[in-house]
Amino acid sequence: MIPAAVVFAYLALALYIGIFAFRRQRERPAENAAEDYFLAGRSLGPAVFLLSLFGANMTAFSILGASGHAFANGIVTFGLMASSSALIIPLSLFVIGTRLWALGRRNGFITPVQMFRDRWECGNIGTVIFAVQAVLLVPYIIIAVMGGGTTLAAVSNGLVPYWLGGAIVSLVVMGYVFFGGMRGTAWVNTMQTVLFLLFGAIAVGVIGAGMGGFSRAMESLLEAPATAPLLTRERFSPVYFFSYTFIPLSSIAFPHIGIFCLTARRVTHFRKTVVLYPLCMLAIWLPSVYLGVAANAARDVPAIESKLEARAELAAGGATLPAADRDRLRARASGDDVILRLVEGYAPLWLAALLGACVMAAVMASDSQILALSTMFTEDVFAYYGGKARFGEALQVHTGRLFIVLITIVAYLIALRAPQSIFDIATQYAFAGYAALSPLLVAALFWRRSTKWGALASTLWTAAAVLAVAAIQQTIPPPPPGAGVPVWSAFGADIVTRTSAGALVLGFLPVVPMTIVSALLMVVVSRLTAAARPGPATLGRYFQSPA
Amino acid sequence: MRPVALVVLVAVFYVLHQDVWLWRDARPLVLGFVPIGLFYHAAFTVACSAVLGLLVKYAWPAHLEAGSSPGE
Repeated sequence: MIPAAVVFAYLALALYIGIFAFRRQRERPAENAAEDYFLAGRSLGPAVFLLSLFGANMTAFSILGASGHAFANGIVTFGLMASSSALIIPLSLFVIGTRLWALGRRNGFITPVQMFRDRWECGNIGTVIFAVQAVLLVPYIIIAVMGGGTTLAAVSNGLVPYWLGGAIVSLVVMGYVFFGGMRGTAWVNTMQTVLFLLFGAIAVGVIGAGMGGFSRAMESLLEAPATAPLLTRERFSPVYFFSYTFIPLSSIAFPHIGIFCLTARRVTHFRKTVVLYPLCMLAIWLPSVYLGVAANAARDVPAIESKLEARAELAAGGATLPAADRDRLRARASGDDVILRLVEGYAPLWLAALLGACVMAAVMASDSQILALSTMFTEDVFAYYGGKARFGEALQVHTGRLFIVLITIVAYLIALRAPQSIFDIATQYAFAGYAALSPLLVAALFWRRSTKWGALASTLWTAAAVLAVAAIQQTIPPPPPGAGVPVWSAFGADIVTRTSAGALVLGFLPVVPMTIVSALLMVVVSRLTAAARPGPATLGRYFQSPA
Repeated sequence: MRPVALVVLVAVFYVLHQDVWLWRDARPLVLGFVPIGLFYHAAFTVACSAVLGLLVKYAWPAHLEAGSSPGE
């Protein structure tokens, strides 16, 4: 029960931080209530800005999913998801985040949609962008409620049922976001990142010692033909690997990251964030991936041995297995809990307790998304359509808080009824969707000839493409690993293929054509609608040089 | 450092991420336990920090701070 006690202590601390932030908020002048609540008064210092921005980017996947992916696929996970992000995310913060910060400070923007509306002199198109962004964000919140329910049930050995666990986690997240706003969320994210950084280093040392040293584990993996490829990337094509470099483009286009960029007190706070971001990636992802790979050698842990047996059965049976058996074996072989199993097998109880708190922090990473949705609703809909002018800024903050309560209740009710697989797919394609929205930011900030119609074309294309890919995944059952089912062929080539892990377009992940077509649409449609370019006064606010 | 050189440096790093030359190699195990492909990407990540440090030093958009007061 010690891990459960530590998890509950963590939850209590998170809630306390929210209430503490609320008290700080009340000490500030009321005229800037919205900016103070939604952006922490644009006052975050360099350390909190770095750690909370990084924490906002780390979803449950970084801690649990990464090790599960590495358990099944090997060292390729780090190159696919971590090292590419280590270059592209800080680069996008440097190029785009700093500009967002300056425009936000100068023009009072609180959300990216406010900037888009101003930049392209549009109203309802901004609402369409808001709607697409909001729909892509909701699945994360639902997944977090589900993760909270499952985690509390697991650490309490079933004493806390799934429905109660989900309710407790929802209430805690809702509580500190409701009271603390951005300040509370940033502080909790900072605590979460510090916890992840601590756990990674300690877990590698303790588990390595428990396994009798990693050298032995790696040699044993290399000796077996089934596991040796896990230490190389021979099972993946370079084209597939390249595709993944498009995914980190999504980061800056996520509204909660765009909004976080506006919270820094000074633009110079980006300096440390940009330089240290890759090192934070390394400190968290390298242990996750390495332990996931090393778990393949932990055959003396019964739960891991059972996963390896299921994987071997799946590989031996291949296409001859009935679909139901394949699904059952896939679920048994899944490695999302593999770090938990390693800790159970090799680490003392206190590390299991620390891991419990880490897992809880990971599934609670939806706080930034909840706050972002609330901020977007109150600024892009409520305030834009006259609510702020009619009812004042104080009521705007109350509306934001009410929205936080509503979105949490809706997410909780959906989480109780819907199967998780739907939302797993939705989050998977939300990354591709936000990557495909990134040309909007680039065009708004760096291309004076872009127009609102170009922005609308990119946004509608993104929505349609996400729906199409999700529909393919839902309607066509996954083939066995290694095989591919052609969905659409033309001129003797397979254009769209359904694979065991998702869908491919000409061998690339869908994110590649989605982003390229989105950028092309922005260019072509903007050129075709040159008459809709904003006036000189607007362009003058964004570009120094003459037209 | 000139801006063009920095852009080229970032582009080179993007290409270096696609390390097809280590695709099928697990050995040598660096320090006896890190497969070479994983070590390469860990080192790449550290090098990214250095490249970004150069960007921050030589291409920092200082004008953003100067013109960021409300109403300017």
